[in-house]
Order: sequence, then C-alpha cells, then structure tokens
Amino acid sequence: MDLVSLQPVFSTLWVVWFFVLFIGILLRVLAPRRRQEFEQAGQIPFREDLPARRR
Amino acid sequence: MAAAGYAANLAGPAVVPRSEPYVEAPVRAFAIATVFWGVAGFLVGVLIASQLAWPLLNLDLEWTTFGRLRPVHTSAVIFAFGGNALICTSLYVVQRTCRARLFGGDQMGWFLFWGYQFFIVAAALGYVFGVTQGKEYAEPEWFVDLWLTVVWVHYLVAFGGTILKREEPHIYVANWFYLAFIVTVAMLHIVNNLALPVTLGHAKSYGLASGVQDAMIQWWYGHNAVGFFLTAGFLGMMYYFIPKQADRPVYSYRLSIVHFWSLIFLYIWAGPHHLHYTALPDWAQTLGMVFSVMLWMPSWGGMINGLMTLSGAWDKLRTDPGLRFSVTAVGFYGMSTFEGPVMSIKAVNGLSHYTDWTIGHVHSGAMGWVGFITFGALYWLFPKLWNKRALYSQKLVSWHFWIATMGIVLYITAMWVSGILQGLMWRAYDELGFLQYAFIESVAAMHPYYVIRMMGGVLYLTGALIMVFNLWMTVTRTEAADALPVPAQGGAAPIPAPAE
Repeated sequence: MDLVSLQPVFSTLWVVWFFVLFIGILLRVLAPRRRQEFEQAGQIPFREDLPARRR
Repeated sequence: MAAAGYAANLAGPAVVPRSEPYVEAPVRAFAIATVFWGVAGFLVGVLIASQLAWPLLNLDLEWTTFGRLRPVHTSAVIFAFGGNALICTSLYVVQRTCRARLFGGDQMGWFLFWGYQFFIVAAALGYVFGVTQGKEYAEPEWFVDLWLTVVWVHYLVAFGGTILKREEPHIYVANWFYLAFIVTVAMLHIVNNLALPVTLGHAKSYGLASGVQDAMIQWWYGHNAVGFFLTAGFLGMMYYFIPKQADRPVYSYRLSIVHFWSLIFLYIWAGPHHLHYTALPDWAQTLGMVFSVMLWMPSWGGMINGLMTLSGAWDKLRTDPGLRFSVTAVGFYGMSTFEGPVMSIKAVNGLSHYTDWTIGHVHSGAMGWVGFITFGALYWLFPKLWNKRALYSQKLVSWHFWIATMGIVLYITAMWVSGILQGLMWRAYDELGFLQYAFIESVAAMHPYYVIRMMGGVLYLTGALIMVFNLWMTVTRTEAADALPVPAQGGAAPIPAPAE
C-alpha cells in the first residue's frame, strides 16, 4: 500500500467529497426555515449607513 | 462590532450610527481611471482592427506592429479598464455592505490606486518595447509580475480586512464574488508566472514549466481569468448595482448562493477546452469540455437571477438608460455563456478554434457583459461619488447605449460570419483530397468582415466618448443648478436633459 496505489482512491473520494459538499450547500441554502434569514440578507444593499459628513 | 450590528438589525430598519466616513477619494480616482483606460483600450482596439483590415497601418515600425499592440489592447481593456472597474466597485461595495470603513483607510486606497496604475503602465511599456514572456493575457515579465503580486496582496488585505471588521453579520453575496475574484486571480497569477530571470538585472525570464504542462497551466490561468476576473468579479458588480438601480432586492438571494458555489466549483476545470486536439491527453480535453458544458447551468441561473430582479419594475428600463446598460449586460452574459459551452464541444471546436468565431465570442462577453455592466455601474456611481443629484444628461446615456449596442452587433455578427467562413475554408477538400483553398485565400476572404468589425469598434468607442463627456459634465457642472429646488417629479419620471 504505497502512495501511488492510494492515488486513484483519493481522486475518487475527492469527487464524492465535492458532491456531498455541494448537496450539503443546497440543503442548507434551500431549507425552508432559512428563507426569512436569506431574504433579510438580500436587503443588505439597502441598509447602508451613510457617514455623518455626507448628505 | 458584528454583534452590535446584528442587534441593530433585529431592532428594525434603524442603522448603526457611524462615526468614521467611508473611504471615497481613491474610489473616485479608480472610477476616473476606469473611464480613461476604457477609452484608451477601445482606441487601441479600433487601431489593431484597422491594421487587420489594412496592414499598411502597421507603419513598418516594430513598436506599432499588430503583434505588439494586440496585448496592449487586451491588457488595457481587461486589466486596466476591467481591473480598475473591479477595484473601484469592490472597494465601494464592500464598505457599504459591511458598513465598515476600508481596512487601511485612505492610505491603503491610494497605495492600491497608484500601485495598480504603475503596474498597467509598466506592462504596457513592456509590450510596446517587446519585453514580454509571450503568454497570452500574462505577457508582463517577471519584475512586473512581482510588483502586481505586491499590489494584489495589499488588495486582498484591504478587502478581507474590511470584511473582518464588518458591522453587518452576514457577508453580502456580492462580496463573496469579489473575494473569489481576488483570491483566485492571486493564485492563477502566481502559478502561471513562476519563472526564473536570466539574471536579476535582466528583463528576460524562462518559465518553470515547459511543453504541454506549460500549455495546460497557461490555459488553466487563461480560462480562469475569464471565469474569475471577467465573470465572478463582474457578477459581484451585478449583485450590488442592479438591486440598487432597480431599487429592489435580488430576485432570489438563495439562488445567488447556489450560483456562487456552483460557479466556483465548475469554472476552475474548464481550461482544457482551449487545448482541444493538441498534445494534451484526451481525457483532460474531455474533462474540460464536460465542465464547460456543465457551467451553462450556474451561468444561466445567475442570469435569470439578475434579470428577474427587474420583475415588477420592468418599466424602469424605459426611464433609466443606466439600468438598461446593466440589464442588457446580463442578457449578453446569458448569450455568451451559452455560446461558450457550445464552442467547447470538441466537434464544434474543430470548426471554431483558431478562427474569428472565438474573437467574436470573446467580444460579445467583453463588450456586452463586462463593458455594459461597468457602464451601468459608472452611470450610477458618478453622481453618488461626486455627491450630485443626477447625471448631466439621461438622453446622452441613451445615445451611448444604442450606439454601443449597434457596435457590438456589427462586431459579433461580422466575426460569426468570418469565423465560420474561415473554418469551412480551412477544412474544404476537393475531389482528389487536396485542400481546396490556400491559406491566403481565406485571409483575403476576411477583408470585408474586418472592415465591418472595425466600424463596430468605432461605434463602441464613440459611445464611450459620449460617456466621457456626460460624466465630465456631471462632475464639473456648476453647483448652482444643483442648489435649485428639485422640480416636482414622480420617482420614475425621466430627468429632463438640458439643451444640447
């Protein structure tokens, strides 16, 4: 069991890992209970606070 | 600080009172530099397009040949115009969406500004005098590369530092895109430019990799310059400026996060499609093709997200030509990210590669997406940055829009026709199996399309000059007109243009 023979195993696992990671992101982002939170985040550009010296 | 900001958000729409003003003067300088380099880059573009149509314009001088001026054009529009636009808007956006002053303050902003301009001038002088390492889009020699690395690390520190000291608990999606752009460009730049100078006092260097490895690293760099410089960074712009212009939040914030991660995961693998039918192993070519085709999904997800932000406010397109620029840019983004995956398919690439079709594709992305989203942002930013009520003339924005759009249409249709014509001529055989056309015949056949392309460029440049005039008047116009009470007008009513 040297490093060279392990390489195909890890390159396969790498694909699986990215797949799992992406599914995880999808689940986290699309979970209905986070809808409110993300809608709030979408409002950030409108919450900008103008510095005192201007306008 | 983040906790305080979070509490304030929970309390309602009230914002945290701020004592420190945002850094603005360097951002203004970057905005001016964006316009300046844009015009310079478009001008050199028109010049080299004319050289292709009329080779006499090479002037028989080594400094003004197409081979030396072409990188001046590509670097001026990508790194000078695009780069200044990205730094300008990212510094503007990160401060406001984090509600924090730029990390490093004004000094940091000014160092980034002058450091980046110095890089541009040093690179351009190198091209004209023939001091380059001959890598497409990475032409500057090792000493210029080192300087850019210094500036870029400061940029990362300034941007990342501002995010770290944010008062807004959530990092707005535009900043994710900007950060991905900064980090990835740093990685690409360093790896692709690993080289040893002949001696420390010598401009010439030799790259670390060679052969097909060098080619693969170059196009891993090259395509991700498209993916992270010309796409991710400008998507950051889209996610801030389109909501601001349309005065409504992005259509789906959740889609924007999926857009971000899928784009990041996929883009980095697409480079090998630049090396179809070369010495690159077949599996790597197929990998590049498959990932390029998959990229279609996040690209169109992002396009739909940008366009649907207008949902319920489409009428604003009629009255706000600045917004029209931004929205048309997203349309061009959708178009060129559809064309790109098609061209990455090996069978299509066999026809399109090395022809003008590629040039047309790049320009629909560069002029349509990158250029228009930047013009839209500039028209919105200039009045804000110079504390003006509005632009000098909305009518001139409209003129700019239509002239530039005409220019793009002329450019890309000419290149489609000439590219496909070229590809077909190169592969045409006669009944005995000989090539039907000599190469020079295909060159001669290109002439009318090269003239049309040049005229498209002239129109695009004309539009940009109209913008220069409009922005100049916006900034320098006497304040007396501003001091007058604003005439009563509905929110959507067009601002009357002064007599021209």
